[in-house]
Amino acid sequence: MSVLNGVSYGLLLFMLSAGLTLIFSMMGVLNFAHASFYMLGAYVAYQFSAWSNFWVGLLIAPIVVAVLGGLFERFLLRKTHKFGHVPELLVTFGLSFVVLEIVQLIWGRTSVDYPIPASMSGSLFKVFDSTFQTYRGFMMLVAVLMLVALYWVIKRTRIGLVIQAALTHPDTTEALGHNVPRVFALVFAGGCALAGLAGVIGGNAFITEPGMAQSVGAIIFVVIVVGGMGSLAGALIASILIGLMQTFAVGLDWSFAGAFTTLGMTITPETFGYPLWKLKLSQVAPILPFLLLVVMLVVRPKGIMGTRDE
Amino acid sequence: MNSALKPLQFKPLNGVRIVVWSAFAFILLTLPVFFTSSFAMTLLCLTGIAAVACMSYNMLLGQTGMLSFGHAVYTGLGTFVAIHAMNKIVGGWWIPMWMIPLVGGLAGLAFGALLGYVTTRKSGTPFAMITLGIGELVFASALMFPEFFGGEAGINSNRTAGKEMWVNLGLSFGPQLQVYYLIAIYLLVCTAAMYAFTLTPLGRIANAVRDNAERAEFVGYDTRLVRYLMLMASSFFAGIAGGLTAINVEAATADLLHGVRSGSYLLFTFLGGVGFFFGPIIGSVLLVFSLVVLSEYTKAWQLYVGIVFLIMVVYAPGGFSALIMLNLRRVKYGEWRKMRWPYAGMFFFGLIALWGFAAIVEMAYQLKVVEGSGAALTVAGIPLNCQSLASWLIAFAVLVVGSAGFEYWRRKFVAVWDSGEERIAEAIKKAEAAIV
Amino acid sequence: MFYRDNKPEVGKEARLKFAVKALAVGVIAGIAMVGGASAQNVKIAFIEGLSGPFGGVGQNQLKHFQYAAERFSGKNANSGVNVEIVPLDSKGSPQEALALLKKATDDGIRFVSQGNGSNVAGVLIDAINKHNERNPGKEVVFLNYAAIDPDFTNSKCSPWHFRFDAGVDMKIEGLTNYMKDQKDIKNVYVIGQNYSFGQQVAKFTADMLAKKRPDIKIVGNELHPLGQVKDFAPYVQKIMAANADTVVTGNWGPDLVLLIRAANAAGFKGNFYTFYAGVIGTPTAIGAAGADRVRMVSYWHPNTAQNEIESVYTGFKQKFNEEFYTVAAVNAVRFLVASVEKAKSTEAVPVARAMAGMKMKGASGEDIEMRASDGALQQAMYITQWTKAGGKDVKFDQEGTGHGFKTVRYLMPQQNTMATTCKMPKR
Repeated sequence: MSVLNGVSYGLLLFMLSAGLTLIFSMMGVLNFAHASFYMLGAYVAYQFSAWSNFWVGLLIAPIVVAVLGGLFERFLLRKTHKFGHVPELLVTFGLSFVVLEIVQLIWGRTSVDYPIPASMSGSLFKVFDSTFQTYRGFMMLVAVLMLVALYWVIKRTRIGLVIQAALTHPDTTEALGHNVPRVFALVFAGGCALAGLAGVIGGNAFITEPGMAQSVGAIIFVVIVVGGMGSLAGALIASILIGLMQTFAVGLDWSFAGAFTTLGMTITPETFGYPLWKLKLSQVAPILPFLLLVVMLVVRPKGIMGTRDE
Repeated sequence: MNSALKPLQFKPLNGVRIVVWSAFAFILLTLPVFFTSSFAMTLLCLTGIAAVACMSYNMLLGQTGMLSFGHAVYTGLGTFVAIHAMNKIVGGWWIPMWMIPLVGGLAGLAFGALLGYVTTRKSGTPFAMITLGIGELVFASALMFPEFFGGEAGINSNRTAGKEMWVNLGLSFGPQLQVYYLIAIYLLVCTAAMYAFTLTPLGRIANAVRDNAERAEFVGYDTRLVRYLMLMASSFFAGIAGGLTAINVEAATADLLHGVRSGSYLLFTFLGGVGFFFGPIIGSVLLVFSLVVLSEYTKAWQLYVGIVFLIMVVYAPGGFSALIMLNLRRVKYGEWRKMRWPYAGMFFFGLIALWGFAAIVEMAYQLKVVEGSGAALTVAGIPLNCQSLASWLIAFAVLVVGSAGFEYWRRKFVAVWDSGEERIAEAIKKAEAAIV
Repeated sequence: MFYRDNKPEVGKEARLKFAVKALAVGVIAGIAMVGGASAQNVKIAFIEGLSGPFGGVGQNQLKHFQYAAERFSGKNANSGVNVEIVPLDSKGSPQEALALLKKATDDGIRFVSQGNGSNVAGVLIDAINKHNERNPGKEVVFLNYAAIDPDFTNSKCSPWHFRFDAGVDMKIEGLTNYMKDQKDIKNVYVIGQNYSFGQQVAKFTADMLAKKRPDIKIVGNELHPLGQVKDFAPYVQKIMAANADTVVTGNWGPDLVLLIRAANAAGFKGNFYTFYAGVIGTPTAIGAAGADRVRMVSYWHPNTAQNEIESVYTGFKQKFNEEFYTVAAVNAVRFLVASVEKAKSTEAVPVARAMAGMKMKGASGEDIEMRASDGALQQAMYITQWTKAGGKDVKFDQEGTGHGFKTVRYLMPQQNTMATTCKMPKR
């Protein structure tokens, strides 16, 4: 059960980080506003599911987010391209502010009622007493389908080939008659669409509110650093690893104090550093990804599947 | 890297430098004469502290090209350690209160050495992401260790403690004015120290690392070490800003470590301008102005700040300081006169367009609260109604007219600017030829 | 203003001076007219995060205060004492709250109100203590409507601080007094956010249950980082593995909603005892998922048997289309008006002295008292259950969800009272 929970959460993280990795590896742009597109996806899907139903939202929301992402790339991001990567990052940083304000302006500052479709709120199967919700299974299915589709597009289609070529040799690709800026816009829009899709299915599984972008923003950065910058496979491994790690850590009440006691030492509230020793693994579970980041940087700075050290 | 991000290669005479620094000191000395209310005094103190923090941030961003999303970690931890030191004074330790910012600085340095060891392993965008992660880690830990961070309520202290010590020269630091002058002195000293630091070999190599890390590496410098040293120096000054906060606020709470604060250091340092040494000081004034003053006038202040930031990144990546310096250069070459009319035109229509835009935004915000506060509002003294079509049409019409006029004058301006650029280039060439 | 009739042509400065004089005469006359219909104006600086991540809650609370001032002061108060709310946006930052406190005192405001976040409240209490000590004659009084750290009325108590919400200790005293009579509770699991409030909930719940029902087992005591958890499924697994039938949680906002949703998805059948299920946005997010299993301890709810302020509730809903739940705002305004009347002054020191020990009728007709020894309002407590609306128990639903709160237990003020360790300095 814990494995399933961990994997399904990990797959959602992967859907989020896949778009980010895609954009980063293709364009070298770190999209700080990626989580904002995730939030937009959730809100747009909420709006459409309120107007008609969930499935319409599932179809339309990623498209809407992709269009918005494409427009942003065309009219703002492209203009900063000549200044280098830091201004590119800054422009997406600014965008995350503006998106947050606009979302609050349109949908209010509190959470919206974006429910799981009734057909999937039941249980898929039972392990002992606890049920595994159908919707979680659906989340996993969507993530896997997306992974397969993504792989297929990049490796097996003509457009994928052009994208790969534009990445490494933009000038040559341009000389061959391909519109490289348009390819970039397409990649950016595609990455945003993936974030939007993650928003559609994550928004109702968890909660749709203005703080949702900030709450995942840092985690997906951890995923792509740990996985290795720009590596899709690395992002997949890191996402699942983090999903499993968080899930299992919650179940473990280990602490330094306990370990020391087993070793025959006495730990009392008066012992130096007691606040640290008494912390249980389950208490720190949600910040484990950040600890993993630190450990990874010390041990293997290029990440799990990273190829370059810089 | 954009050329506007490079420091100005402009060596003023020593006389000019003395005048600039004396003027800075004089302004700091006389500000309290003009701003007498205690609220204004508080704003001045916040600005002074923010100036130290933003300048320390610029040692990373402007000087070394390191984009950090976690600078508040160092200012915040500086505040916490400083607060604990202040409570030690209450407990009888012999530390003069005016040395507390130094304690904060040392704490910043220590944490910079510890965390920087990890973060500076990477540069560029990976560095940015890692600082964000570390920031989250530190913030989350702050709530987990109430013994040190005081939990949600934070830790309080009293800045008048130890006032009987002879080294305090009879100053109790109770009145805000004394705190202001303490901050002013620290600001002056830190500014001078950070400026001097830019002239040291390390400061120069940091520029090289920023502009072309590969080449710097090739020449034989350990770029990672340079980043590490710069981060430590920067976090030392950040810690001083944190220590000043401890004295000014007499309390430390976990929100000092939050990513939002780091984000605002980045945002406003950039707006002020990272390419010039004085840019972050402008940034700190903007920071306090928008956070404390602008937010009193409009609920949409974050939207305005965000949009201004986007526009600046795209069209003026050098920030306000670069805009100022570019115009000063025009003045120097006698080109500014030709630009008066385009500037006036742009300013006039820009204001009109701004009004139209602000009216739309404010009406949109008013729509949200129409049940409680009614539909009527005023934007810059002009009454509007967010539920009347006429108001919306007027706002849109004003926006369109303003934008059109702005665009017309902007084209004229670009033409004048470009021709001026050519003349200046020629003048420089002539001057060089004359020397030869 | 009558000066207009006198000399319409005088310069602005002269007019201002005259106005000040006239005002002074008016105020003196007002004070002289004991209990008369003098229109005294009292300003409350409402220092709260009105933009940013928690701006939604702050804006909502501001409306509570403005509406309370409209309904319980000015022409609706016998004496005509008018309360004016001056909103100041702190963005939830203690540092900015301090700057705004200075602004308020500069403008001559003597009453400050804040509540969202014990961090801001703690800093404000400390700053007000220092301000009052350093600026005699310009004292400020703090009307705390929601920051419920028990320290504020115990170890950190201040003569200038009055709290209109119930402290964590009082709430859990009430809650455990209810739980001790529930025979079916056997295994309790405590989960909370890892910061002072969550830690206090865990500590008080364990201590009080151990005293009142030693047979109840605390099968788990979990603290998770505040606002960091996205997926609560593993926590619910742990709760179920521990065989818990009851969960006590101090969580609020997304952390509460996510917990309840995850419990639903995993098929957890136990009850949730919460503190903040009624905060704006939370009822919408809980929806049908929490029906009949989410309980809340609060000092008021709209479906009380004797609802003295039902017209306030409906009027608020009509005006703002939002739920009214912060009765503390109403009580703060009522106590302030009554204290100004009693003290016959709008200065902070006499008003604080009048407020200490003041008694009134509460929103459910109970006797409430602002205890002088620690500045904590002694009030009734309700244990409510999130239930489908309709019927006589749930007259009003929340946020149009079709669900509302039903009283399952009413606790008189004396049933939640807590001793205080406060040694109150002289006011």
